[in-house]
Amino acid sequence: MAKKEEEVKLLGFWGSPFSRRVEMALKLKGVPYEYLEQDIVDKSPLLLQLNPVYKKVPVLVHNGKVLAESHLILEYIDQTWKNNPILPQDPYEKAMAFFWAKFVDEQVGPGFFSVVKAEKGIEVAIEEAREHIMFLEKEITGKDFFGGETIGFLDMVAGSMIPFCVARGWEGIGVDMIPEEIFPELNRWIKNLLEIEIVVECIPDREKHIEHVMKIVERIKSA
Amino acid sequence: MANEVILLDFWPSMFGMRTRIALREKGVEFEYREEDLRNKSPLLLQMNPVHKKIPVLIHNGKSVNESIIQVQYIDEVWSHKNPLLPSDPYLKAQARFWADFIDKKMYDAQRKVWATKGEEQEAGKKEFIEILKTLETELGDKPYFAGDDFGYVDIALIGYYTWFPAYEKYGNFSIESECPKLIAWAKKCLERETVAKSLPDPEKVIGFVSELRKRFGLE
Repeated sequence: MAKKEEEVKLLGFWGSPFSRRVEMALKLKGVPYEYLEQDIVDKSPLLLQLNPVYKKVPVLVHNGKVLAESHLILEYIDQTWKNNPILPQDPYEKAMAFFWAKFVDEQVGPGFFSVVKAEKGIEVAIEEAREHIMFLEKEITGKDFFGGETIGFLDMVAGSMIPFCVARGWEGIGVDMIPEEIFPELNRWIKNLLEIEIVVECIPDREKHIEHVMKIVERIKSA
Repeated sequence: MANEVILLDFWPSMFGMRTRIALREKGVEFEYREEDLRNKSPLLLQMNPVHKKIPVLIHNGKSVNESIIQVQYIDEVWSHKNPLLPSDPYLKAQARFWADFIDKKMYDAQRKVWATKGEEQEAGKKEFIEILKTLETELGDKPYFAGDDFGYVDIALIGYYTWFPAYEKYGNFSIESECPKLIAWAKKCLERETVAKSLPDPEKVIGFVSELRKRFGLE
């Protein structure tokens, strides 16, 4: 039974990898929370009030304390609920986890839109995207998870973003970005992720997600 | 094992300045190596193959990249003095939030101020001042962003201050008249030896920006 004084709310969006990864962390730690699905187009007064700087999900509210930005939220969750740690203790390993998480969110994720626009042609776009992803292939080589033997911070960031978000986009535009013959390690990691119940619970419905991402793709193409 | 710390850096980089300050705050001896960004050293390319950028912090042969990650790393490794981040998880998250805000917003906005002209420059100036005003509001009446102690957010922002005279010159505006409290905060930070030693002379920065502008055909 949850302690009376612990109140956790999460403002999220079903299709947002940023919000899904926070759910993974809360579930891993067994933290009960109230989930508030947000309309990210017609934003609620609550969302605008709690995150006036970016007006985005996810927003975590813990006993009245408001937190935004998924990496920070994950770090906060890890420090507040100490069971099942997700960040390494060693400062170097932690710095690496933050570095790769930033890389995933700033290079690999947005890289999808470069592929959509394919300014230098689709083959060049795919090659450039694969060059980025190859760094992650190297990182995961020989490990079950980025976090080692169990899932951690980087698994949640990369998992929510790559196989359970961008991959839906690749599928929607008909690109086989990470075939097993080129990315055997990442594919193995994805299979490992799919065996984890709390991860599976946080995967957006595939059909719905592809439809959602393709709407964004259309908007970009017509811009 | 002795600590061997090397910093691959570029003197006008507001990002490199962060790492210099953090190392000095902790009293860490380090070897500063100036990089020629048009002719990057093999060590730089080897230690930061993903981005090929400075600053690169090499500690006992292992590299840590991204200045804001370096500052947190330094704080955790040399935890015996001058904590740069609060230990309370919520206060830490707030400090990380504002440093991240600076990282997301400042660079692109400031670049428009000196590297563009006409309408694009005017829009850039407006955006830049709005960002500074948001930060000024966050600072409030506190001496430093976290309160009484100099720390993480101050370190994330202060390097940009050496570029302010360049922004004012090429943007033709006064930052102090828009954000007096922020200027006061910056001057206070500069009273710290660790900061003063880590920041270049703003006149030199103006010279550097002038060279870049010539290269971009703006002068």
